[in-house]
Amino acid sequence: MASALEVTNVVKSFNGARRALDGVSLELREGEVLGLLGPNGAGKSTLVRTIMGRVAVASGEVRIFGRPAPSGDSAAREHVGFVPQEIALYPLLTARENLMVFGRYQRLGGDALDAAIREALEWSALSERADEQTKTLSGGMKRRLNMAAGVLHKPRVLLLDEPTVGVDPQSRERIYAMIETLRGGGVSLIYTTHYMEEAERLCDRIAVIDHGRIIALGTKDELVRSTIGVRREIIIETTDGQRLTQLIDKADEMLPLMKGVEARGLAVRDVTLRVPTLEKVFLHLTGRELRE
Amino acid sequence: MIFSIIRTGWMNLRRDRAATVLSFVVPIVFFSIFASIFGAQRSSTPKVTVALVDEDQSEHSKQLVAALLQETALRVIESPKNETQKFDARSAEAYVRAGKAPAALVIPKGFGATSIHFGPTTDRGPAFRLLADPSDPIAKQVVAGLLQKTLMTAMPDMMISSGIDALDKWGGGLTPQQRSIFGQRVTELQRRPASQRQQTTNGDSLVNLQVKDVVGNNDKTPLIGFYAAGIGVMFMLFSATGAGGALLEEVESGTLDRILSTRVSMRTLLLGKLLYLWSLGLAQLLVMFLWAALVFRLTLRGHLAGFAIMAAATALACSAFGLMLAAASRTRAQLSAISTLAVLSISALGGSMVPRFLMPESIQKAGLVLFNAWALEGFMNVFWRNLPLNSLLLPVVVLVAWALAFFLAARQLTKRWEVA
Repeated sequence: MASALEVTNVVKSFNGARRALDGVSLELREGEVLGLLGPNGAGKSTLVRTIMGRVAVASGEVRIFGRPAPSGDSAAREHVGFVPQEIALYPLLTARENLMVFGRYQRLGGDALDAAIREALEWSALSERADEQTKTLSGGMKRRLNMAAGVLHKPRVLLLDEPTVGVDPQSRERIYAMIETLRGGGVSLIYTTHYMEEAERLCDRIAVIDHGRIIALGTKDELVRSTIGVRREIIIETTDGQRLTQLIDKADEMLPLMKGVEARGLAVRDVTLRVPTLEKVFLHLTGRELRE
Repeated sequence: MIFSIIRTGWMNLRRDRAATVLSFVVPIVFFSIFASIFGAQRSSTPKVTVALVDEDQSEHSKQLVAALLQETALRVIESPKNETQKFDARSAEAYVRAGKAPAALVIPKGFGATSIHFGPTTDRGPAFRLLADPSDPIAKQVVAGLLQKTLMTAMPDMMISSGIDALDKWGGGLTPQQRSIFGQRVTELQRRPASQRQQTTNGDSLVNLQVKDVVGNNDKTPLIGFYAAGIGVMFMLFSATGAGGALLEEVESGTLDRILSTRVSMRTLLLGKLLYLWSLGLAQLLVMFLWAALVFRLTLRGHLAGFAIMAAATALACSAFGLMLAAASRTRAQLSAISTLAVLSISALGGSMVPRFLMPESIQKAGLVLFNAWALEGFMNVFWRNLPLNSLLLPVVVLVAWALAFFLAARQLTKRWEVA
């Protein structure tokens, strides 16, 4: 699979302090969804801003479809779209007017702009609310409009920075569907999130960044194997609501564990055996210590 | 509980620098500006500049010129700056029209022969001419008063009495009939009501003085243009800084990141913002002057070209200033504090609130550093002095130069948002 985006050995420090990016290398393949996970302050935002050309790096390089994309070069990023974490829209403009503004900023005009706005409204299920002021839309609608504003120019690479923050499950499902549509269209995505189940569900591969370095990169199974190994996670729930979680190497370790619970006078209500979640992998890699 | 509420309020205020500045620094700065403007006038009366023309060139007129030059309340100039050619009536009038002096005094030919007249008479000899800019109503009063003071130092009835006594003593004595007539005149003068005695600049004054307003003769509402410009410019500055704050909103809301991720560069964005603010400023000034024309009878027709030129240049400078203040601020609250302080200060010093001619000369000169003073000067040239369009060249050049400097400063300041 060809590379849509390559980040090679990027180093960035702010005000001579600890390196925000410490030799980051990353490849986004064409048509894949790459999850970018990391604790707060790990360097996710700096990496995204570097890809967008908004960070002057000390060393290293960003390439987009094989072409060097130095910082500040907007022409090199004409095929890149960006959806910020904030609702970066004009609240007093209608949904349609917002899309018109950002479409024009992408140098769209005339029929092409009209068609792009129509498609974006349909994609985000906002056609019926297109002429309402953005401030009157619900949180989920604003999130979808925020995404729509980033795809008007039909980017081949899209950077999504926590697009589901603060939305209800229904809106989240709709956003997942929108992302699946993009993936179906061959768009390559970098997806930044703190929701592990979201990354598990949507991403082909996952990169974990911490202290400015990519500390793990691969599919979920690869990450589990490389961190936790072949062990499985057993969860035993008791009738009084207690929950015991432990990693085991073999299935025959389950029975002694259950007997041990009963020996303490507790009754087992439910037992689950599963491959460790991404959250387990994440905490294994980054630790449980508070970062902020 | 109430104590906790009070304490919380003070703690929040202490940590909110913008609110602290607005609460304490802005009033102090503003007070200081006004204290400098008006407080200084108490210690020394500001001198009134007067262009002096001596058409008579007699011994008496030269004595008068010398006396006027000694007058501490006047700054008498006999020729334009850096020129040796003395004023004549025409050049002095042009000088006043150009706003370089609020008044010109012409000592008429024949003054020496009939220098002082006592009492009303139809044959009063040639009249002094005081050519005045009525936008400075104080100046002509001061010049007229000081002219009389210089010519005479006593009340007219006393002067007449003294003159009669002197005549009686040294002239061989007056007849009873003459004494009766003179006594009647003195009584008449003494009985004149105070209101008539004050009319010394016109009519039957001791000095035959004709006052002529040489600026804005046809305008019945002389200072409307000044106030329309003054208030218009001040509020344009407020709205430019407020609207410039949209840039900070773009930063805070993330739209700036989004915009800069498109094909729009920071330079293009700033230029777009500047032109938006410029068009907003133009619209504001247009509304202000249309209102002044409709309601206060400002003569807008006939001044349209001058208005358009000055409005365009003023709006450009104000817009760039607002943009620069926004770019220099970190938050909207900070911008609010800085812009309130800056706009009120430069409006006061630049003459938006108080006409600059009422300020001490040093502050008038210092005020010329401010771009809004040049804006008001230009509008006065158009609406008050009726000067030709080429008189706007200097104000426009100054305003455009300031606009360019402000814009370049804004561009430099916004680099921090561009690439980290």
